[in-house]
Amino acid sequence: MSKLKVATVWLDGCSGCHMSFLDMDERLLELAELIEIVYSPIVDAKEFPGEVDIALVEGAVASVDDEKKIKKVRAHTRTLVAMGDCAVAGNVPSMRNPFGPEAILNRAYIENTTTQQQIPCVVVPNLLKVVRPIHEFVKVDIFLPGCPPSANTLYTVLTALATGQPVDISSLTRFGA
Amino acid sequence: MTDAVEVKTLIIDDQEVSARRGQTILEVAREHDIHIPTLCHVEGLSNVGACRLCLVEIKGSNKLLPACVATVFEGMEVVTNSERLRRHRRTILELLFAERNHICSVCVSNGHCELQTLAQEQGLTHVRMPYRNPQLSVDASHDRFTADHNRCILCTRCVRVCAEIEGAHVWDVMGRGINSIVITDLHQDWGSSTCTRCGKCVQVCPTGALFEKSKIGTDNPKNPDFLPYLNLMREAR
Repeated sequence: MSKLKVATVWLDGCSGCHMSFLDMDERLLELAELIEIVYSPIVDAKEFPGEVDIALVEGAVASVDDEKKIKKVRAHTRTLVAMGDCAVAGNVPSMRNPFGPEAILNRAYIENTTTQQQIPCVVVPNLLKVVRPIHEFVKVDIFLPGCPPSANTLYTVLTALATGQPVDISSLTRFGA
Repeated sequence: MTDAVEVKTLIIDDQEVSARRGQTILEVAREHDIHIPTLCHVEGLSNVGACRLCLVEIKGSNKLLPACVATVFEGMEVVTNSERLRRHRRTILELLFAERNHICSVCVSNGHCELQTLAQEQGLTHVRMPYRNPQLSVDASHDRFTADHNRCILCTRCVRVCAEIEGAHVWDVMGRGINSIVITDLHQDWGSSTCTRCGKCVQVCPTGALFEKSKIGTDNPKNPDFLPYLNLMREAR
């Protein structure tokens, strides 16, 4: 049997979900028998591959760049997994929503700085008005709440997906877990 | 007329049970270890049927009834768990999550929140409605307690415990519909209100909306269990 192609994607999140992924430790070696990581912040591939079996997406959609990325991921992925509370619900990145992006940019780059007070406008992508979970942009196949979902949760879900077994997400994790 | 207790026989989830006249479906179900999820209900306070999580099906009626306030009748057939009810319960929880800013990961009640626990119990893994993200205040004016309206679900447990048990009626609800918020006195700061500092409202609050300063996080679950005991002592007097 050929290995499943797995991608992991990092949008607006703290990378904690990826840390949790790495926390699978030696079980990553077992998983490596079943899956192959074809794209991820922790491997070298620069371009999202043409066809991916499972994409684990960490982070909410907060910028025009995130929006572009998630649409590309969806177009090339069979099973899209929203990994963690930011992807599932917006979580901490969405805490700026009641105030709007101008307010937080001002706070970070003007009010709290003493030199070079300016809001970055080149190279970095523009922020969206509101931070939204990824399912408000694309269809999500599996929702995996948790901040972050534990290594056990990720291992159980990935193994189930790789072997085609059913999995009860709510028995494994919850919002804020 | 005699004082004899009138007994009603009914069926809850295919189980024949007997109840006293005037008992609610929820009371009878709990006596028989039949689980009905609740959120605004808390043992020891009056019931308001506000959250609608305890909705049950009654055979012969297409209306769903809140089990916490609907009383039993002879021959009643109750279904407490069906796909239709599960769907409604999940939707109610989703609406609660979408209504205000419930960020579980950074909430003082993460790990011992009734809303969070119910979401997990009802198999809710995401919210289909767009989040409203309203701008709401946090009242930290009290020297012992904080009210964070971002986490409030308007269950009115605080209002009821303050009026019914403490007898102070400091808490109440202001506004209508989506603009409703719980207030102290006539919308004064909690710290300068007539609050008796008893802390019962904090203990019955199901979420992180009311909490004790310096007592936050998973090590500090709330304890609403004192209410039935207080009521028992009152009756004994």
